[in-house]
Amino acid sequence: MGEHLIKMPDVGEGIAEAELVEWHVKVGDLVREDAVLAAVMTDKATVEIPSPVDGEILWLGAEIGDVVAIGSPLIRLKVEGEAGASSESSSAEKASGSPARTEEIEAQADGAVKVPEAIVERQAKSAPPQPTEKPQAPPAKMHRAPVTRAEGEKPVASPAVRLRAREAGVDLRQVSGSGPAGRITHEDLDAFFTHGRQSTKAPGLSQNTSVEHIKVIGLRRKIAEKMAIAKSRIPHITYVEEVDVTALEDLRAGLNASKRADRPKLTLLPFLMRAMVKAIAEQPHLNAIYDDDAGVVHQHGGVHIGIATQTGSGLMVPVVKHAEARDLWECAAELNRLAEAAKSGLASREELSGSTITITSLGAMGGIVTTPVINYPEVAIIGVNKMVVRPVWDGSTFIPRKMMNLSSSFDHRIIDGWDAAVFVQRIKALLETPAMIFVEA
Amino acid sequence: MKDISCKLLVIGAGPGGYVCAIRAGQLGIDTVIVEAGKPGGTCLNVGCIPSKALIHAAEEYDRIVHLANGRNPLGIRTTKPELDLSQTIAWKDVIVGRLNSGVSGLLKKAKVKIVQGHARFRDGKTVEVETETGRQIIRAENVVIATGSAPVELPNLPFGGPVISSTEALALTSVPERLVVVGGGYIGLELGTAFAKMGAKVTVVEAQPRILPQYDAELTRPVAKRLQALGIEVMTGAKAMGLAKAGGTLLVEAGDGSEKSLAADKILVTVGRRPVTQEWGLDELVLDMDGPFIRIDERCQTSMRGIYAIGDVTGEPMLAHRAMAQGEMTAEIIAGHKRAWDKRSIPAVCFTDPEVVTVGLSPEDARRTEVDVKVGQFPFSANGRAMTKLAEDGFIRAVARADNHLVLGIQAVGQGVSELAAAFVLALEMGARLEDIAGTIHAHPTQGEAFQEATLKALGQELHI
Repeated sequence: MGEHLIKMPDVGEGIAEAELVEWHVKVGDLVREDAVLAAVMTDKATVEIPSPVDGEILWLGAEIGDVVAIGSPLIRLKVEGEAGASSESSSAEKASGSPARTEEIEAQADGAVKVPEAIVERQAKSAPPQPTEKPQAPPAKMHRAPVTRAEGEKPVASPAVRLRAREAGVDLRQVSGSGPAGRITHEDLDAFFTHGRQSTKAPGLSQNTSVEHIKVIGLRRKIAEKMAIAKSRIPHITYVEEVDVTALEDLRAGLNASKRADRPKLTLLPFLMRAMVKAIAEQPHLNAIYDDDAGVVHQHGGVHIGIATQTGSGLMVPVVKHAEARDLWECAAELNRLAEAAKSGLASREELSGSTITITSLGAMGGIVTTPVINYPEVAIIGVNKMVVRPVWDGSTFIPRKMMNLSSSFDHRIIDGWDAAVFVQRIKALLETPAMIFVEA
Repeated sequence: MKDISCKLLVIGAGPGGYVCAIRAGQLGIDTVIVEAGKPGGTCLNVGCIPSKALIHAAEEYDRIVHLANGRNPLGIRTTKPELDLSQTIAWKDVIVGRLNSGVSGLLKKAKVKIVQGHARFRDGKTVEVETETGRQIIRAENVVIATGSAPVELPNLPFGGPVISSTEALALTSVPERLVVVGGGYIGLELGTAFAKMGAKVTVVEAQPRILPQYDAELTRPVAKRLQALGIEVMTGAKAMGLAKAGGTLLVEAGDGSEKSLAADKILVTVGRRPVTQEWGLDELVLDMDGPFIRIDERCQTSMRGIYAIGDVTGEPMLAHRAMAQGEMTAEIIAGHKRAWDKRSIPAVCFTDPEVVTVGLSPEDARRTEVDVKVGQFPFSANGRAMTKLAEDGFIRAVARADNHLVLGIQAVGQGVSELAAAFVLALEMGARLEDIAGTIHAHPTQGEAFQEATLKALGQELHI
């Protein structure tokens, strides 16, 4: 019997560590080659780590939520074949200079992002016996009780328990089960009768004293870290202006009605993107990355517009690269493609990074004003609020106009209030007279 | 005739209706049950029971024919047997008769009044029954509709003459030389197999791409194999078009589109069953329907207060044991007990050769849910008892959640596995995990050991394979 050590693989250029978000195995599991062992998450993507060999899991080197440095030991496997070997950590191996053979095996990841390589070490037959580092296996975490059921899942209970609950008027969905697989026992029901019910005064209303401890991991942790940096470092100035988009909506409707079949349906966002390109041409310092540690503003020529997108797992910001080089239709097509990719989890790291300015749109949800948080280390973010028909005084009478608010935030360290206002007013002017977006002055 | 008033009126004395009435009577409810035919319904008179009698007789006969062929490994020598089907049918009728009077006796013991005749709603609380002695009006606080189901007739192949339903097939007094079975579901295959064993040349015409289409292909494969061994021709993807003008011939559009003529002495149409919702005054009521069925809630209540419905008339699965459980529950609800339908699963058994049993979710169904699934399957070819019975075809399969090993479904195909349905469904109702079954000592040598082994296999701990 030999041992395999799997180290945290290098999952992307320039990344020093990755967060363990999921174990697919536990100690004692037998795994086949290519079986997924764990999932780790970097800034931008989740990567699955497959097993390079058949074997039995001996040791797992991290807990879910741990940030693990690239190259540190992650999993030990017992494998067939090589006898009398003991495992060692990578640092020990290098220090002792033992003739350990290092294999690099092309890993087959099933996820959207391929693991470039998993670093696998196998103790060679000739290796001298070394003091075995007794792995501290975390206890297997399966079948813990009481089990909380997912919403809509039927409680597990024997017919006798179900009947007793029914006759007592107890909804078993409110009873937690201490048995295996969360099965509700007669004792659980007894406990519910003595404790669970006392506080229940009115049927249907009961105090809920439960506290669920949810570990902030994965994408949620990334979002949390990013938001904290943005809000703690950047003094935001938020500027709200209303825009009359009646003419723009007419134009949009006209274009959608007469568009070629192969072209995407236009939303308001591509128009806004083109207007931003135009406004940025006059105020290029708004399209920038502020490296506040180094005290340098990197003012970009290319306009790379991040689009804040809600996905099933949380907020993501896919980026439309070089909006200045894309016409209205191309902006729309790229926007659709990226939003779809982000929602289906197929967006690549490249597609999720490199923005120089960001649009956030909660438009569909309603809300008249937002205070957008800047996508650090950018310096500006444009927020789109819901378009509504409002009465507007034209000097003699009220007329119905399609109005929309833009709520935009700026890094006040770099952008003065005046500049912010000029920028938003410029976008307003472009959107209100949309022909100006397309015509060179 | 003097009107009858009662607390509960049950219409139909099939498995659902008579169980409902017996339980209601036991609970002291003043109960009347109306039945036009003999007590016991389809199940007892023209369904489950008589078909099993016929299947058993056919099996015994076939076994001896097989032994008489002289090439059996058991070393038994005998001469060719003869079958007197009219005697078989008479024996079957005795069993049915015993059960008829058994049901009547149980109803009487529970002090249920039996009214013989055809019932018809006048309004939601009043039913009139045409009895031999005249019209009987019954007023009831609660009514349970348990009118059951009837064989579906094909418009281009109406019953009559050589075209028969399962009911007539169970009363044939001679074995037809050539029998065509239209519909390869469980009823058609059970009867088709029985007649083939009794010597008929049987052809099964099924419109779907394979027989028993509601089950997965792996589960039905041993059945298909056995049909072939019995010389039953199975035409899948084929449609019965109608009788040829000359008579005695069924025109069939085969799977490849070509038209074929099948000579047949009898044509058994088993293309499903429809709920009986006519001729008892459904129009007088305002019941919400669910397709052709009466819509019920989890307490078997219809959309009208005081009117309940149970059994085949309320939808799939159209199985006697579902109707019985509904009947029992409904009686208890009417008696004021707190009850609701909370069954985990309704077992389904095909008495084909070999038999098929399913409870809960198939692997395919389970994979369609959100949870990850573990599947373990154990073949009877590795089971000692199966070997000694010449019953090595088939397997038992267990499906469980991967995270907590809760058993979600069990399927089996093999000789005699119908009796294992009890163990399977108990495991599901009790919320068993794979470890519960794997950790239970199963008697050796029995086919049931394959159940334990299937769960061990799902856990990756199989011992005998």
